[in-house]
Amino acid sequence: MNPPDYAGLARALLPEAALVLGALLVLGLDLLFFRKHSRESRLRSAVAIGALAVVAAIGLNLRVGDAGSVFGGVLVLDPLAVAARVGVLLLTLLTFGVATGTAPLRHPAEYIAIILFATVGFTLMAAAQQLLLVFLALELASLSLYVLVGFDHARPESAEAALKYFLFGGMSAAFLLFGFSLLYGLTGSIDLPAIGAVLAKHDPQPLLLVALTMVLVAFGFKAAAAPFHLWAPDAYQGAPTPSAALLASGSKLAGLTLFVRLLWPGLGSVAGHINPKYISPGWLPVVVLLAVASLLVGNFAALAQTNIRRLLAYSAIAHAGVMLVGVMIAGSAGFAPLFYYAATYGISTVGAFGVIAVLEGRGGCQRITDLAGLHRRSPLLAGCLLVFVLSLAGIPPLAGFFGKFYIFADALSIGGATGEIGGATGPVGRVAVLAILLSAVAFYYYLAVLKQALVAPPAEGAAPVRVPLAAALTLVVAAVLLVLLGLFPTVLINGF
Amino acid sequence: MNALPCTIYVSFTGALLALLAGRVSAAAARWVALATAVTAWGLTLSAAAHFVPAAAVQTLVDAPWVPTLGIRYHLAADGISLTLVVLTGLAATAGILFSWNIKERTGEFFALYLALIGGVYGVFLSADVFLLFVFYEIAIVPKYFLIANWGSTRREYGAMKLALYSFAGSALVLLGVLWAYAAGGSHGFGLTDLATAAAGFTRGEQIAMFALVFLGFAVLAGMFPFHTWAPTGHVAAPTGASMLLAGVVMKLGAYGCLRVALPLFPIGFAFWQPCIAWLAIIGILYAGFVALVQDDFKFVIGYSSVSHMGFVLLGLAAANVRAASGAVLQMFSHGVIAGLLFAVVGRMVYERTHTRKLADLRLLPLHRLLPFAAVTFVLAGLASMGMPGFSGFPAELTILIGVWTTSRIWALAAAVGVLVAAAFTLRAIQVSFFGKVETAGESPAPADHAHPLDPITLPEKLGTVLLLGATILIGLKPDLLLGWITPALQSPFFQTVLKGGTP
Repeated sequence: MNPPDYAGLARALLPEAALVLGALLVLGLDLLFFRKHSRESRLRSAVAIGALAVVAAIGLNLRVGDAGSVFGGVLVLDPLAVAARVGVLLLTLLTFGVATGTAPLRHPAEYIAIILFATVGFTLMAAAQQLLLVFLALELASLSLYVLVGFDHARPESAEAALKYFLFGGMSAAFLLFGFSLLYGLTGSIDLPAIGAVLAKHDPQPLLLVALTMVLVAFGFKAAAAPFHLWAPDAYQGAPTPSAALLASGSKLAGLTLFVRLLWPGLGSVAGHINPKYISPGWLPVVVLLAVASLLVGNFAALAQTNIRRLLAYSAIAHAGVMLVGVMIAGSAGFAPLFYYAATYGISTVGAFGVIAVLEGRGGCQRITDLAGLHRRSPLLAGCLLVFVLSLAGIPPLAGFFGKFYIFADALSIGGATGEIGGATGPVGRVAVLAILLSAVAFYYYLAVLKQALVAPPAEGAAPVRVPLAAALTLVVAAVLLVLLGLFPTVLINGF
Repeated sequence: MNALPCTIYVSFTGALLALLAGRVSAAAARWVALATAVTAWGLTLSAAAHFVPAAAVQTLVDAPWVPTLGIRYHLAADGISLTLVVLTGLAATAGILFSWNIKERTGEFFALYLALIGGVYGVFLSADVFLLFVFYEIAIVPKYFLIANWGSTRREYGAMKLALYSFAGSALVLLGVLWAYAAGGSHGFGLTDLATAAAGFTRGEQIAMFALVFLGFAVLAGMFPFHTWAPTGHVAAPTGASMLLAGVVMKLGAYGCLRVALPLFPIGFAFWQPCIAWLAIIGILYAGFVALVQDDFKFVIGYSSVSHMGFVLLGLAAANVRAASGAVLQMFSHGVIAGLLFAVVGRMVYERTHTRKLADLRLLPLHRLLPFAAVTFVLAGLASMGMPGFSGFPAELTILIGVWTTSRIWALAAAVGVLVAAAFTLRAIQVSFFGKVETAGESPAPADHAHPLDPITLPEKLGTVLLLGATILIGLKPDLLLGWITPALQSPFFQTVLKGGTP
């Protein structure tokens, strides 16, 4: 056995180190110098330091690059890990931009520092390859997110959302840990490649199915897939807007990366077959059911929403359905479709929350009708919202369209070769067909949002909205990214 | 010819410029929009001037776009594309002239308008189905906002209905195309690639794929019973948008049927052919009869559009070169005539009298108050009825002759539609413009009408002259367009599905 490679580990964790250092600096400097300043300036300085740390982390991550297995396989820096780490860091950066648009909370520096800690959890989730680290990274991110959701002391809904999210999250963490312990018991290893190798050699045992169920419950929670979605609307509605943005974007990208790595390289041999000719038990059939349920629940429940955040939550559930299709095909089509989808979805949803955040500080933005007359109150916000919502709806040439198209094209194309998927007429193909048809339903509720923003006249006495510079810049960057990634998708997908 | 892709870029750039110009002044936005539309139209006309009719599709741009999925940025044109881009340029220019009086959010209006036009140009020039689909969907969103923001009667309902029908249709197209792509081995989305792959599909697959793709496109072409978005949408839309919707956007659907659904899945088409033909005939007759009893002037025109588009679909369903070339000619002809009719009803009459109820219009001596509008409407009505000398005549005649060789019953049934069209058009002319003609001798001065109506403005006259000129030119010399269209239909690509093609 080789001696532990601490130098390699330190090198691989440089981005995380930068983030932690940034978080400590944010806290320390705020404590030492900015205590007496106004909340606005404390938030500004915290965001500035935090953003620098994130940018440094991105740079370090790119420099470390595709280093392969690290520290005996605890971490793996494959193209997916590098891309996902850059992705979550960029989404965090955008979240900071969203934070500058809101009225600052009571402890702005702590808030930014906790976002940075959550980001450390995300970047570790993106690269973790050992069950212990998987769990630790997930919990670091989750605990930070619980705090972020409940950070707004002034609003009881925030505490309620945090409590709900925490209870669901704690429960799912317990399930996951139980599942992991069973996996360890079955295979005698906590390294994913070793687990995969052992499972491939033996026939599946009943105990394994219990373990898979446990893991899938946690996965369903993290991805906000029906029927484990119940926390999402409440959390999105009650959380401070930047927290909701992070929850919907970075957290989702990191979670999907983690679970797709867990499911395919680790548990791929017990995926089971869903080809109607020879169905066999495994996690794949369950994911199919989760995807169908998410698509139906998300799209149809979104139709009935009057609260813009709840609408975004149900839209997130519907998008989770498509992402699950991406997870199913990742075994044969690779991670590129899923990553492209999750990353661009993150950008558009952060953008949408960014618009809400700016409005929040100027009269509130809970009901969809609060958006009325946005084109008069702020043409910039209305234009950006148009891009974000259309991307969520999957209208070309925006990135949301290509993401869907890529997943559906692969879902219908593959399968003949591998057999377990079943091809265009197999179950995955059917789910893709369902998703395409439901996109017409989704178009209705997205248009209903845009109708308020771009068609309806402003409410009586609604003042023009002044958008803070940093927030405006963030929104424009996000909108431009969506257009550019939609026009040139190869930029993202060629790395895989 | 090689400048044709610039029509797309010019339109989208113009959209951005119009948006910016709108922040300066409404007039600036108008002039930017007009300049853009005229430039793009000029490009199509210059391409048309140098066009040598050929069977082969001429590639304009071809570059890899997303190699992973075999998607190419492939623009190409043949006589059919050329006919339709010339129509788009004409309709866009005329539509802007008739939108000259938009005062509210002018910049945004013209930005959306030009974005729609850019998407339409893109569809007509795409040779890659993915690209075609992208442009097709780009054209959907502006329609919604044009109607919901600047429309009239029940505009939000009409806009939402239209957008949802279009989007649902495009979802079906996406499904069919993706299925064909996957079943064909995922090599690419080029039209010829897909057609080659589709030749290996089973009959069942072809039937199902054709149904998806054709139905998806036919929704936008106003095929019965999926036409109901068209009258409500057209009525709710502002004049310029109605002109575009009826004039070119419905053609997107028909073009998609002709360019994608038919040649890709000839076996599937053979199965559905009678069904499509009868739906088209029902559409012609049903919409015609409904138009006959409308009491809203604009609904008459809205239903007449559905009826005339029925001829296009019937021409495609007959599946021979003559009928199909007639269908393309009818697309051009209807694009021009419907534009003209909507211009008279929406802009010249409604915005001056503020009523579209035929019962109210009957009480006004409109032929006296708006002689220019009356003359225009009579001429446009004659063209719409298919009178010789106007473009409607050669178009519908070619279709009927072509259909006759496929099925005499279809041709006879559709010929009844021509009579119905004459009936509802004459009724509209009589009731709206000449309702009070018998009392005119007793009160020569229009004194009974307290507010004299605004005179017809120069942009309106200009737009009328353009559209009337086009319909008369094609009416007198249909070979101008048929000479482009027929060779294109004789290409091997179309010969898999069309009969009687030997030149």
